[in-house]
Amino acid sequence: MDDDPILFQYLLRLGDSPLILAQQLGAWVGKGPALEEDIALTNVGLDLLGQARLWLTCAGEVEARLGGAGRSEDELAFTRDGGEFRNLLLVEQPNGSYADTMARQFLFDTWHLLALRALLPSRDARVAAIADKAAREVAYHVERSGDWVVRLGDGTPESHARMQAAIDGLWMYTGEMFVPDAVELALIDAGVAADVRALEAPWRRHVDAVLAEATLSVPQNGWMQGGGGRGGKQGVHTEHLGHLLAEMQFLQRAYPDAQW
Amino acid sequence: MYAQMVETGVDAVRTAADMGGDERAFQARIDADIRIEPKDWMPEAYRKTLIRQMSQHAHSEIVGMLPEGNWITRAPTLKRKAILMAKVQDEGGHGLYLYSAAETLGVSRDAMTADLLSGKAKYSSIFNYPTLTWADIGAIGWLVDGAAIMNQIPLCRCSFGPYARAMVRICKEESFHQRQGYDIMLSLARGTPGQKAMAQDALDRWWWPSLMMFGPSDAESVHSAQSAAWKIKLLSNDELRQRYVDQTVPQADHLGITMPDPDLAWNADRGHYDFGAIDWAEFHAVVRGNGPCNRDRLATRVKAWEDGGWVRDAAMAHADRRAARAAAAAA
Amino acid sequence: MTSEWPLWEIFIRSQHGLAHKHAGSLHAPDAEMAVKNARDVYTRRNEGVSIWVVKSSDIVASCPGDREALFDPASSKVYRHPTFFPMPDEVKHI
Repeated sequence: MDDDPILFQYLLRLGDSPLILAQQLGAWVGKGPALEEDIALTNVGLDLLGQARLWLTCAGEVEARLGGAGRSEDELAFTRDGGEFRNLLLVEQPNGSYADTMARQFLFDTWHLLALRALLPSRDARVAAIADKAAREVAYHVERSGDWVVRLGDGTPESHARMQAAIDGLWMYTGEMFVPDAVELALIDAGVAADVRALEAPWRRHVDAVLAEATLSVPQNGWMQGGGGRGGKQGVHTEHLGHLLAEMQFLQRAYPDAQW
Repeated sequence: MYAQMVETGVDAVRTAADMGGDERAFQARIDADIRIEPKDWMPEAYRKTLIRQMSQHAHSEIVGMLPEGNWITRAPTLKRKAILMAKVQDEGGHGLYLYSAAETLGVSRDAMTADLLSGKAKYSSIFNYPTLTWADIGAIGWLVDGAAIMNQIPLCRCSFGPYARAMVRICKEESFHQRQGYDIMLSLARGTPGQKAMAQDALDRWWWPSLMMFGPSDAESVHSAQSAAWKIKLLSNDELRQRYVDQTVPQADHLGITMPDPDLAWNADRGHYDFGAIDWAEFHAVVRGNGPCNRDRLATRVKAWEDGGWVRDAAMAHADRRAARAAAAAA
Repeated sequence: MTSEWPLWEIFIRSQHGLAHKHAGSLHAPDAEMAVKNARDVYTRRNEGVSIWVVKSSDIVASCPGDREALFDPASSKVYRHPTFFPMPDEVKHI
């Protein structure tokens, strides 16, 4: 198919964000603020990891149609350098405190669910099928992370301050989620990709409502990172991604020929 | 084991002559394999011993998340990462079930946690060893979970209802844990020379500590005898250890790696493997706090607890406020 | 430091058509979160289709000391069981 090279790029975008976020949540296992919460957050991480595997496997199969072998999910996850990753900047921001982790989760989950639902009518049946499975899982993620934003925002003075600071700090990484570039525009025209421009209004409605319930204010600074086609989706990342990959990829790098 | 050397607070095993009517009826129920439930009458020593044993068991699950959790972010494939995350998460769940079982006896989880964090309560010595390579994740699943299952299956029949029920659930969930560990070892054993060396190194470091998990011989222990009479310890440490060795040696053979014990040999007369002397000085040193990772493990738990304090407080404050609002609306 | 999250008893319906059954307990600040936590803690392996949560402190239990008074009388009512009534072999469907 003519669209295969850009479809491959697009599938990496769909897979890399959940992959990087799952990697981050993996670092919380055993260290959560309460045992129940530790277990619950790990479920989210497991969902995201499973979704990433489906998208990346699909990407590898599309890559194979371009000639050559096509990379496996593991080759894609463990042997690409930072500039080849296509995840959103938001998900590579550090875990920080629980407020930072939950704010990141909430801002992403809200977008993620809208994006997945917009993919349900995709003309690519495989894309629609993966989106359908993922959307069912993410519907619960949205509920959970929104709930935590409310609980921490409308909790104690300390938790309120932490959650407000977390939202303020992450806000500038949300802009690129709604700006399509040439890759996306071509696939939107082809009826394959989600038109992210249409997601901004519903995203803001949900985010505004949750922040209001949480007694938090919507950040006023409208400056967004990753604009002008130079963001995570294009492989231009923050410093955090390199460290995350160094840790994630170390075994595959140290033993390049090994099977695990 | 996950609960090692649990004290019972008795100087000699209680006999019928020592017992009043309530205690005789209690012991008769245990002897008849009738489960004791939280609200039933029970001797104070039984209650305290159970709390000690179940909380120690729970702490072991929670601290046990750390050595394996150490490799989640570095797991070599996405499939292995998912399996490991699920497994470590299960251990958190098992800790939760065990804390819940102990809570039926009126002790709070916060109180048990405080005892863990202050160093007063113990957890299994095995988790004070480091996970240095990916093979250690295989070795823990294969050996440590293998040893744990040995002990936990009999506990499904123990006399205290909530403990037995928690163990049934845990054993059911845990059945995949040992297999995933052995599966990692199989991949390494079939892999490159570097991977085989990694597998051998992991066995070398984990074999002896895994034998120590069962605790010192308790043939002469009053506490063990009392726990056996109460049916909260169903087999002796030496019996369990022997079963574990007998089960594990052929598995190592199949992997083509060598047990780090020159005295290990099949004894046809006994129908069991003989094995070398365990270094109990090392065991006691680790239990006293001098293992390679005691400090790190406890520090990690303390930090998680302290960092989570404001989160738990906020969630409670919010719930209280929400309840107050609902009450005001209803009034 | 405020108080510990309250304890909740969790009941899971494992399949449509079956009754809820006690699965265990957990801590949560309120009922809403108890339901979510129950989903994450007790249905990780497809164990449930429905969850009930009840605050542990709201459970009223019978007293073990009353066991004889409460339950022994029923054991003398054997006529409540169908096997109490022998039926002739040739009589069917009863």
